[in-house]
Amino acid sequence: MAEANKDDVLNRGAADAASYGTVLGADELILNMGPQHPATHGVLRVKLKLDGERVIGSECVIGYLHRGVEKIAEHRSYQQFAPYVDRMDYVAAVSNGLGYCEAVEKLLGVEAPPRAKVIRTILTELQRIASHLVWLGTHALDIGALTPLFYCFREREEILKIFEKYCGARLTTHAFRIGGLQYDAYDTLEKDVERFCKDFDGRVDEYEALLTQNRIWLGRTQGVGVLTAEDAIALGATGPVLRASGVKWDIRKVFPYAAYANYQFEIPTGKRGDTYDRYMVRMEEMRQSRLICLQAIESIPAGPILGKVGKVLKPPPGEVYHSVEAPKGELGYYIVSDGSVQPYRVRIRPPSFVNLETFDKMVRGHLVADVVAIIGTLDIVLGEVDR
Amino acid sequence: MHLLDKALFYVFAGVAVISAVLVVTRRNAVHSAIFLITALLATAGIFLQLQAEFLFIVQVILYAGGIMVLFVFVIMLVNLDVALRQVQFNRQKWVAGIVVLALAAQLGLVIWTAGRIPGAGPGPNAAASPAPAPQLQPNAEMVARSLFGPYVLPLEIASVLLLVAMIGAVVMAKRKV
Amino acid sequence: MQELVHGLTQFARMNAGPLAFAVVLVALLPLMAGYLVLLERKIMADMQVRLGPMRVGPHGLLQPIADALKLLIKEDIIPENADLLVFWVAPATSVMAAMTALAAIAFGPGLQVARDLNVGILFVVGVSSLGIFGIVLGGWASNSHYSLLGALRSSAQLVSYETAAGMAMVSGLLLAGTLQIRGIVEAQRGHWWFICYAPVGFFTYLVASVAETNRAPFDLPEAESELVAGYMTEYSGFRWALYFLSEYTNMIVVASVATTLFLGGWLRPFASVRWLGFLDYLPPLLMLAVTAYCLVRVPQQPVAVQKWFLLAVAGCCALGAGMLAAPLALAPAKPYFAAVHGCFWFLLKVSAYIYVFLWLRFTLPRYRFDQLMRLGWQFLIPVSIVNVLGLGVALALADRWPLWASLAVTTLATLLIAAYLVRAGGRSTGEPAAAGKA
Repeated sequence: MAEANKDDVLNRGAADAASYGTVLGADELILNMGPQHPATHGVLRVKLKLDGERVIGSECVIGYLHRGVEKIAEHRSYQQFAPYVDRMDYVAAVSNGLGYCEAVEKLLGVEAPPRAKVIRTILTELQRIASHLVWLGTHALDIGALTPLFYCFREREEILKIFEKYCGARLTTHAFRIGGLQYDAYDTLEKDVERFCKDFDGRVDEYEALLTQNRIWLGRTQGVGVLTAEDAIALGATGPVLRASGVKWDIRKVFPYAAYANYQFEIPTGKRGDTYDRYMVRMEEMRQSRLICLQAIESIPAGPILGKVGKVLKPPPGEVYHSVEAPKGELGYYIVSDGSVQPYRVRIRPPSFVNLETFDKMVRGHLVADVVAIIGTLDIVLGEVDR
Repeated sequence: MHLLDKALFYVFAGVAVISAVLVVTRRNAVHSAIFLITALLATAGIFLQLQAEFLFIVQVILYAGGIMVLFVFVIMLVNLDVALRQVQFNRQKWVAGIVVLALAAQLGLVIWTAGRIPGAGPGPNAAASPAPAPQLQPNAEMVARSLFGPYVLPLEIASVLLLVAMIGAVVMAKRKV
Repeated sequence: MQELVHGLTQFARMNAGPLAFAVVLVALLPLMAGYLVLLERKIMADMQVRLGPMRVGPHGLLQPIADALKLLIKEDIIPENADLLVFWVAPATSVMAAMTALAAIAFGPGLQVARDLNVGILFVVGVSSLGIFGIVLGGWASNSHYSLLGALRSSAQLVSYETAAGMAMVSGLLLAGTLQIRGIVEAQRGHWWFICYAPVGFFTYLVASVAETNRAPFDLPEAESELVAGYMTEYSGFRWALYFLSEYTNMIVVASVATTLFLGGWLRPFASVRWLGFLDYLPPLLMLAVTAYCLVRVPQQPVAVQKWFLLAVAGCCALGAGMLAAPLALAPAKPYFAAVHGCFWFLLKVSAYIYVFLWLRFTLPRYRFDQLMRLGWQFLIPVSIVNVLGLGVALALADRWPLWASLAVTTLATLLIAAYLVRAGGRSTGEPAAAGKA
């Protein structure tokens, strides 16, 4: 069935293809990349229609990591489902957990206490930094810079140590509970975060020294994978992909959640929407996250960490859509409750899935060597795309 | 030493001749190219033995390293399967045979009369040893002096010709994008 | 028959030195290349804040041997419908070209296989360029569309940068006045090293040689994360090891050529300055310093095997120091002074050059193929041609003005033209030459 649609999808760009011209006698060839490929960041299959070296059409085939998470949700109670959301964007598990817990809290009409909100903010911002570090290391590696990966993972190690001390897990943390937190901040949390933030700015300067003004990096990223603001909005892109195209839209500022309203931070935007702008936006976001963490640890309010929720959660029938600004974009949870202990439907809006739609638009007209850079700049996690 | 020179010459010459025969008898064009490379390198070896170092290195760099690379590129970019499946026609066998015999006779005559007729070059009794005793001056320097001295005009004309050829190639190969 | 044997023995007796050196070189070279790989991995690890191979042997020192053994016993996979003759010949060609090129390189005053070759440096360049066949034939023999594309791209890159490398070498040869390797090095004895006279030439050669050896940032044809597979894809086991060996041998060849032409070959720094003669004692002192450092660190090692390892290293360095000091102190060893010390300085400079290669690999991202070709044709070749012109003008004016003045002027002019080319190149591709934050 997919084969029948293949030609439609690949041919829809035929009009564009004519504008690029075809070399006399050159065959159009369909190149398959993945699902096993060092550069596709997971099990993503990309079918490229090539004219010589230029890409004139593409099709992403996804679903290799589909685990039926949304169906599973219908047969678990609300608390039982919480660890599942970590496994979607496994690089930024804490953000997933935050979105889900806040969505259910909205459904229940409960608010987490202020102390819980602040600690949630700190951990989420640390997770944002960690996710961007993974992105930076792997993106640079795809483009050929071998060294930033190790520097980024060195910093990420500090963050994962903090997570481990907090909740016992490094990657799939299940850090938050519906209504607040289970664990209070451990005694040296503020000190650890402060020590990390103190060194981190210098480290980001190190990464920038290696890449930002590097002529080769500029050549590989500037003008590559341009996404205009209109296209980004039309396709529903969110997160750094949207902001690099010039649209100043960040859920943390527009619909503040957790404790973000209390802190000062900037939303970096780009101008041209190319790979370089997305790189600069994410670098600046790392610095801003660090500032948020520093502001947050200065004054963590005292108080309870769990709100008034019962042991058995039975939200009143209704539906809620709540989104958070995950490191990759707008992560949304649409939860429909029918009054029982298990949700009727949990629909997750993964940012990577929607951002991947922009891939076709971005890759046309580029050379094959740029495809790898464009996949990297979208910062997709297949666990999220496929669920 | 003398014997060693002879032996080395026969080795190089043998490789050159056998490679040359293999060039024209292989069906596969890439094999022909490889044997042409070995033939050229063997010839270069003979040049080196004759102490013509400049010629040796020019043979290696230009012929084997330049022209043969070009040949190999072209062979690889051409669709070989089609060529292999085509029936090779050979309708000019007899004409080719007559021409070959005529050339062989001419060559044989030249070799046989060498030295027997005045002005026909050193005869078969001339020593097979390399150039006479005084040390050859550095070949590259002498070639350079003559190229930039008496022969500078042909050099410039040749460079202009090469430049025109390069520009022509670029213009013809350029795509209309 | 007997004449032949007699002729052969006479030949061997007359050329005992070069023959012995050739045997040593061919025997040692795979080992050297293997340890160069280990060195690269260790230096890469150091720059990446990690340790590198540590398991096989103390500090991973037996890693190359383990790798070689593994590659030897691996199954020899030949793709279906691959052309067997070419499949076999291709890696062998690469290795032969690289190793033959080493024949003309002088590691010291007498340490050369092909001595008195009047076209010495051209021989090295010409023969090492025969390695292109290894790549092209290898890609073709794999019977894979993508391998062929990768091979053609790789060889196109090599051919383009060979021109620039050749012109850069010409600038060094202008100063030397001869193609003989000995002559080039001796010409640097009375003056400074040619890198001081022709810095633009040196840097052009550095960039071109990085591209010649398919090293990062010019390693697109063999990068793992690119779509088009490289020419080496279908080769496994020892055939692949041969390609790898030829790549690292090419690195050594190219470093040797640069050292000979620009860095003074086997001469010590300031070779002709008498009052700096104490620098002759530097090699054994350096080795003694390394020995002392190893001995100092021995007590600080946690495990016994590491203590023994460091003692062994210290012993080897002490032996090296002894070998270097012997010609200075012992009378019967004095005739070997030039050869031994020359070899040390030569290897030191080659190592420094290769270290820069390794450094570049781990620091810089990769160029895309069209950017690579643009850099070669639109920047490097014009700059190297202008450099040769400038150097020629400087040398022609050398009898009127002092050499340093004319060289300074022409080098400045060359750099200005290079800067203009950079800006012009940037503008033609629509990228600004330098970009600030978005």
